Amino acid sequence: MPYAIECRDLRKTYPGKPPVEAVRGVDLLVEEGECFGVLGPNGAGKTTTIEILEGLLTATSGEARVLGHRWSTDGDAIRQQIGISLQETRLSEKLTVLETLTLFRSFYRDGITPEAAIKRVSLEEKADSWIKNLSGGQKQRVAVATALIGDPKLLFLDEPTTGLDPQSRRELWGIITEFRSNGGTILITTHYMDEAERLCDRVAIFDHGRILKLDTPRNLIAGLGADHMIDFQVRTKDNHSLPDEYGADLPGVSAARMDAENHCLSVAEPHIVIPALLSKLQGDGLVLTSLTTRQATLEDVFVHLTGRHLDDEEVEP
Amino acid sequence: MSRSLKMHPFYQLMKVRVLEFIRQPEAIFWVYVFPLIMVVALGLAFRSEPVESMAVDIQEGPAAETIKESLETDPRFRVQISNEQEARRRLRVGKAELIVVAGESAESKYRYLYDPTRPGSLLARNATDDVLQRAAGREDVIATSDTEVRDPGSRYIDFLIPGLIGMGLMGGGMWGVGFAIVDMRIRQLLKRFLGTPMKKNHFLAAMMCSRLLFTIPEIVVLLVFSRLIFGVQNQGCYGIVGLLVILGGFEFAGIGLLVASRAKTLEAVSGLMNLVMVPMWIGSGIFFSPDRFPDFVQPFIKLLPLTPLISALRRVMLEGVGLSALGTESSIILGWGLVTFLIALRTFRWD
Repeated sequence: MPYAIECRDLRKTYPGKPPVEAVRGVDLLVEEGECFGVLGPNGAGKTTTIEILEGLLTATSGEARVLGHRWSTDGDAIRQQIGISLQETRLSEKLTVLETLTLFRSFYRDGITPEAAIKRVSLEEKADSWIKNLSGGQKQRVAVATALIGDPKLLFLDEPTTGLDPQSRRELWGIITEFRSNGGTILITTHYMDEAERLCDRVAIFDHGRILKLDTPRNLIAGLGADHMIDFQVRTKDNHSLPDEYGADLPGVSAARMDAENHCLSVAEPHIVIPALLSKLQGDGLVLTSLTTRQATLEDVFVHLTGRHLDDEEVEP
Repeated sequence: MSRSLKMHPFYQLMKVRVLEFIRQPEAIFWVYVFPLIMVVALGLAFRSEPVESMAVDIQEGPAAETIKESLETDPRFRVQISNEQEARRRLRVGKAELIVVAGESAESKYRYLYDPTRPGSLLARNATDDVLQRAAGREDVIATSDTEVRDPGSRYIDFLIPGLIGMGLMGGGMWGVGFAIVDMRIRQLLKRFLGTPMKKNHFLAAMMCSRLLFTIPEIVVLLVFSRLIFGVQNQGCYGIVGLLVILGGFEFAGIGLLVASRAKTLEAVSGLMNLVMVPMWIGSGIFFSPDRFPDFVQPFIKLLPLTPLISALRRVMLEGVGLSALGTESSIILGWGLVTFLIALRTFRWD
C-alpha cells in the first residue's frame, strides 16, 4: 500500500535564545484516499508540521516523503500534485473569482478549468465578483478552489473553517467530502473536534510538538474506557465548593473533573451511575441544579490526555 | 491570442498586476495626475520673467528725500524711508532687499546694507548704485545695447522635466515593486504562490515588467503635457530617451526588489524606501543641479542610482547628445540594476 505522506522523526527548531522546538519528532503515515486529521491547540506544532509537508518550510532534521517524492529532489513533481490552503491567505481584493482561479490554473501543467473549480465550490454566481465583495465563507471557498485547480491527489487544509459560521463550515465539509469520495487524500488541521470526528478517518492529537495519540476518532473515544459523559451542577448550602474529583469514587466512574461550573464524570453505563450519584448527593445534603448526559467527544479525549482544552492558548514551557 | 500564450504564467501574472493597478483610482492619481500637478506648480513658481520690483529702504536722515526722488525715476524701485531699527527688521525678514544709508563719512557718500547671497539683494544693490551714480553726474563711457533671449531649453521648466522623469522612475520602482511585494508577503500571498509550481523568475519578471508598463504612459503624458503647456522640447532623439527610461525602470525595479526582499511590515519597507529615496531627492538633481554641492560629496552623489539617470536624460533632452556620449551614465545605471537584482534574488524571502 503506497503512502501519500510518510515522515519519520520530523523535527523543526527555530534558532533563538532559547531555541524554540516547534516540532519534536513526529512520525506520520497517511494512506492514499484517507482523510487524516491533525488536532491540537494553537502552538502545538500543527501548522509547522503541515508547512514542512507542503514544502514551505525545511525540517531541521527527519525525512518527509510526499506522494513518493522527496522535497529535496522532486519539489516540482510534488507541487504539481498537491493543493494547499494556508491558514490566512488574503487573495487580491480587486480581482474577480474567475481571474484569481485563472491565474492559479496557469501555474499547473494539468488541472481542471477555472469554471469547473468554481462549480466545485458552488460559486458560479460569484464568478465575476471581486474577492473584496465576498463573505468570509465565500472567500474561504475560493481559497479551497485555488487548492483544487491543479486537480491534486493530495489536499492540505490548514484550519479551513476557523472563524466561519456554521452554515459556511457545513458547505466546506461538503466540498472536502466530495473530494475524498473521488479518491483524493486529505490532510486537515483543525481545533474543532466535531470537524475532526465528522471528516477524518484517523486523527493525530498534537501537543507540544509531538503526537500524543493517533487513531480513529471512535477508538480514541473508546480509549477513554467510558464513552459517555455525565455533566452536573449542584448548589451547596453554605456555598463552599466541592472537590474537583467529586464522584470519582462511585462504581462505574472512570474519571471525574471540573469543567468551568460543571462536574464531568466519564462513565460507560450512565443508567447505573446516575441513581448512585443521586443518592450520594442526597446523603451529602446537596441540591442538584442541572444534569445532562452526552456522548464523549475528541475534546474529552484531549482534556483527558493533557488536562487542557483544545481552545486554550498554548503556554510556552 | 493563442490559448497557450494566454495561459502562460508570465502573461497571467502581468495581467493581474495590470488589472489590480487600473482598478485602484488612487494609484492612477499618484502615477499619472500628481506629476502633472507638480509640473504646473513648479513651472508657475519658477517661470522666467523679468524682475518686476525691488524693495529698497532708505534710512532716515537729511539726504533721505533726495535719494528717494532719484530712485523713483526708475519704476522698478519700491522705495520707503524707515528708521534704522525698522529698516534692519525689514531686511532681515525679506521685505526689503537693500538699505541705503546716506552721508556717514567723507570717503563714502552712500553705504549699502544687503545680504550678498540673496540674488534679489545683489540686483537691487547694483541697480541702486547705478541710478545714484548717474544722478550724481556719472556718464557712460561706451554705448551698449541689450537683446533679450528666452529660448526654450534654457528655462527652469526645461531643466525640471528630465528630473521629474527620473523621479517618476524611482518612485515607480520603489512603490510599484517594493511596496507591492511587501504587501503580498504580509497577505501570505507570496507563501501561497510558493506552494504552487509557479516559477520564481516568472513572478519576479512580471513584477518588474508590469511596473515598466505603467511607467511608459506616465512619461509620455509628462512629455506631451509639458510640451503643450510650456513648450518644453526634446533636443535629442526620443529613442534614446525611451532607452534610458527602460534602463532606469529596470534599475529602480531592482532596487525596489532588494528593499522588499526581506521586509515583513509596511513600516519597515516604508522606512527603508525613505532611507534610499531621500538622499536622491536632495542630491541627484531633480529640482536643482547637483553641482551646487561641495566638491568632497560629488563622488558620492555621482554614484547614487538616480544621478546618472537624470544627468543622461538632461544631456539628451537639453543638449541633444547621442548614445555614444552616455557610456558612463548607462554603465552605472545598468550596474545598479544588475547588482541589486542579483542580491535580491539571493536574499528574497517568500514568507
